[in-house]
Amino acid sequence: MTTNPLLDATGVVKTYGAVVALRNASLSVLPGEVHALMGANGAGKSTLVKILTGAIRADAGHIRIRGEARDVRSPADARRAGLLPVYQEPSLIPDLDVASNLRLTDTPVEPFRAWVRELGIPDLDIRETARDIPLAVLRVLDLARALAVEPDVLLLDEMTAALPANLAEKVLEVVRRQGDSGRSVIFISHRFVEISALCDRATVLRDGETVGVVDIEPGVEERIVEMMLGARIEKTRMAARMASQAASPGDSRPRLGVANLRVGTKLNDVSFDLANGEVAGVVALEGQGQDELFAALAGSIRPSGGTIEVDGKPVKFAHPADAIRAGIAYVPGDRTEALTMQRSVRENIALPFSAALRNWGPINMAQERSRVVSAIERLQIDTRAQREVQRLSGGNQQKVTIARWIAAEAQTILCFDPTRGIDVGTKQEIYKLLRELADQGKSVLFYTSELEEVQRVCDRVIVIFGGRVVDVFPVELADEPALMRAAYGLPRGAKEDVGILADIHSTPVAKP
Amino acid sequence: MSTTAIQPVPSGRRLKRFMADRPLIPLIILLVILVVVLQILRPGIVNERWLANTVKFAIPLAILAGCQTMTMLTGGIDLSVGTVATMSAFIMATQVVNHDPAVAILIALVPAVLIGLVNGIGVGVFRVHPLIMTLGTSLIGTGCLQVYQRTVIASGAKIPPFLAWLGTGLTYGVPNALLLFVPIAVLIVFTLNRTGFGRLLYAVGDNEGAARLSGVRYWQVITALYVISSVLAGITGLLYIGLIKAPSLSLAEPLVLPSVAAAVIGGTSIFGGRGGYTGTIIGALILTVLTTLLTILQMPEGARRILFGLIVLFVTAAYLRIIEDR
Repeated sequence: MTTNPLLDATGVVKTYGAVVALRNASLSVLPGEVHALMGANGAGKSTLVKILTGAIRADAGHIRIRGEARDVRSPADARRAGLLPVYQEPSLIPDLDVASNLRLTDTPVEPFRAWVRELGIPDLDIRETARDIPLAVLRVLDLARALAVEPDVLLLDEMTAALPANLAEKVLEVVRRQGDSGRSVIFISHRFVEISALCDRATVLRDGETVGVVDIEPGVEERIVEMMLGARIEKTRMAARMASQAASPGDSRPRLGVANLRVGTKLNDVSFDLANGEVAGVVALEGQGQDELFAALAGSIRPSGGTIEVDGKPVKFAHPADAIRAGIAYVPGDRTEALTMQRSVRENIALPFSAALRNWGPINMAQERSRVVSAIERLQIDTRAQREVQRLSGGNQQKVTIARWIAAEAQTILCFDPTRGIDVGTKQEIYKLLRELADQGKSVLFYTSELEEVQRVCDRVIVIFGGRVVDVFPVELADEPALMRAAYGLPRGAKEDVGILADIHSTPVAKP
Repeated sequence: MSTTAIQPVPSGRRLKRFMADRPLIPLIILLVILVVVLQILRPGIVNERWLANTVKFAIPLAILAGCQTMTMLTGGIDLSVGTVATMSAFIMATQVVNHDPAVAILIALVPAVLIGLVNGIGVGVFRVHPLIMTLGTSLIGTGCLQVYQRTVIASGAKIPPFLAWLGTGLTYGVPNALLLFVPIAVLIVFTLNRTGFGRLLYAVGDNEGAARLSGVRYWQVITALYVISSVLAGITGLLYIGLIKAPSLSLAEPLVLPSVAAAVIGGTSIFGGRGGYTGTIIGALILTVLTTLLTILQMPEGARRILFGLIVLFVTAAYLRIIEDR
């Protein structure tokens, strides 16, 4: 390997106030390779990516592109240097249509269309306003927009995190082909399956420092995890839960009863119960009505038909405040929807305390403090940057959104994909927390886009397809292939394999 | 893990971080510099009398800037404060001819509450942009005041002695207006930092959607906010007429834009979610001292205004650079 690196960053340092995001990061990417950038939450991956792409400036360090020292001062500089990012969050301007968004970045339309088709979306109308496009599709459009200008180095930050399996597969395929054609890709992901399928090498960050660069070969996961965590850890795998462990609802009255719920055209006739002390999983492909289901239960939108019962009493929610009064809390998938980013961790957690008119008066600071602190401790939130939530890492932000409702002692928590784009360690903590809540008699409705989570957390799985409940599994039957079949709307007994499954589990990964 | 964050930093950065953590300090430094410049330009001007005078004139501005601070925290603005202050001053001055001062004051505060209510419902329920909403009610209020003026033109106006005492009087060299201002300031600071309502102002301005998901009803917060803002503006009008002692139909109008400027200089973001009242008070003092400074330079009015505008722009830009640690 004597080829010169296409991109070579060394000694990159970045601090935010007292918080050191990067202390000594380096990254070297060879032409034609797919290079994984890994690290636990808050290790500095996103910060490094933002520095490379000119979104923020480093305090120190050198960046060389094709051996030439470059001072990337703005995203436009990075573009000119051939470096293009696709960030964790969708970057199209919501109020513009797709075509105008393309014009903003001078993206040629025809290659863009070709890439969109390639990525598995055959019927995109580029006059559609970005706001009206579902999240998963937006992410694919972001990728297509980057691919259309043929960048030398493509940076993908948690690209597949919110994608349903069929789109994710297409994306991975395209990324792999980029490497083959002599371009490089920097790939950030928490999914080892993807990393081992795609990447040639990996750079591992820990606490803002590059702690190692490894070749991806069978069995390297252990070493990477070790490096990310800084100490050898026992590979703890939560065994699939068995029916005997499942909570046995003591009283017959369900905590939450949903009957024939309808929301516009998206959700038709959904009925299910949620018992006290139960974690019920919701599994669905992107856009099958799960967003509307959660929004309706949270009081964010009004259902167009059907009934919701809480503890046996029918309720009508006109505002999230009504749902909260009934003990139902909603943790949205997008953290930025739930947090006041410029405010402190404490204020974010305490926000629901002040919401009702009768709580507008003076705050009992001591009492608030103790409630907040106990929630922070319970979720082990890293509070070094607690003065502004926006300075926390994604995983810690997510913990704050959940801590809020622990502190508020909500009886029922609706978690919409709470582990999207956060690291393995935090995911484990969230699984554990959800189980603990259930053991305390609370009930959790848990939508997840990662099927493997279902068996770790849920007692029961509700599968939604096309706005209807198509199946309800007990946990011991809910293995990934079964769930995937159901999510595609296939009946439980069907034998034929769904294409995607065969691909993920049996195709050996072609590697150069 | 947590100890690793401590690390030597260059002193320039440390100073900057210090400033970022205590945004009041650069403001106080600026205020002191302005006073020193004033003293150099006109030696001996800075004495007890000048101080009392400055405070007296800064107080009405600071209260109106308090209205702006609170509304700006929610991402709004209240341009009707000038009209509301003028109305309550004018109505009080004309009503006091026939009524007991207490009754006159109560009557004078009625339009303040009404305008606040209309602003709040317009912004909170019908989602009219605060700029347009308060500008609209401000014009309506001015029009109503002109109509009202015709009906009282014969009866004349007077200013109750205790308002004049409050507005202009000194006790042991300390302006009496502080008797009104200190409780108001303490109340605003306390409300913003230690009450549920204050928390909600920040939350609504930072992320309305997140506040909603936490069970906050936007219209309640906004309606209460604009009523409070209007009532404060009404009280300011009563104080201001005690200071100016000449009722007119545009009494407090000239204070409106400076009140916005004072809040912005004080570090409150017009986009909401960020800021506080202590900075605003210093912002009001800075603007007042700046006005005196420009007055004693004996420049033509036009040049003075140009300079005033430039300095406000420069100070705000510099201040934001200092406190924003990016």
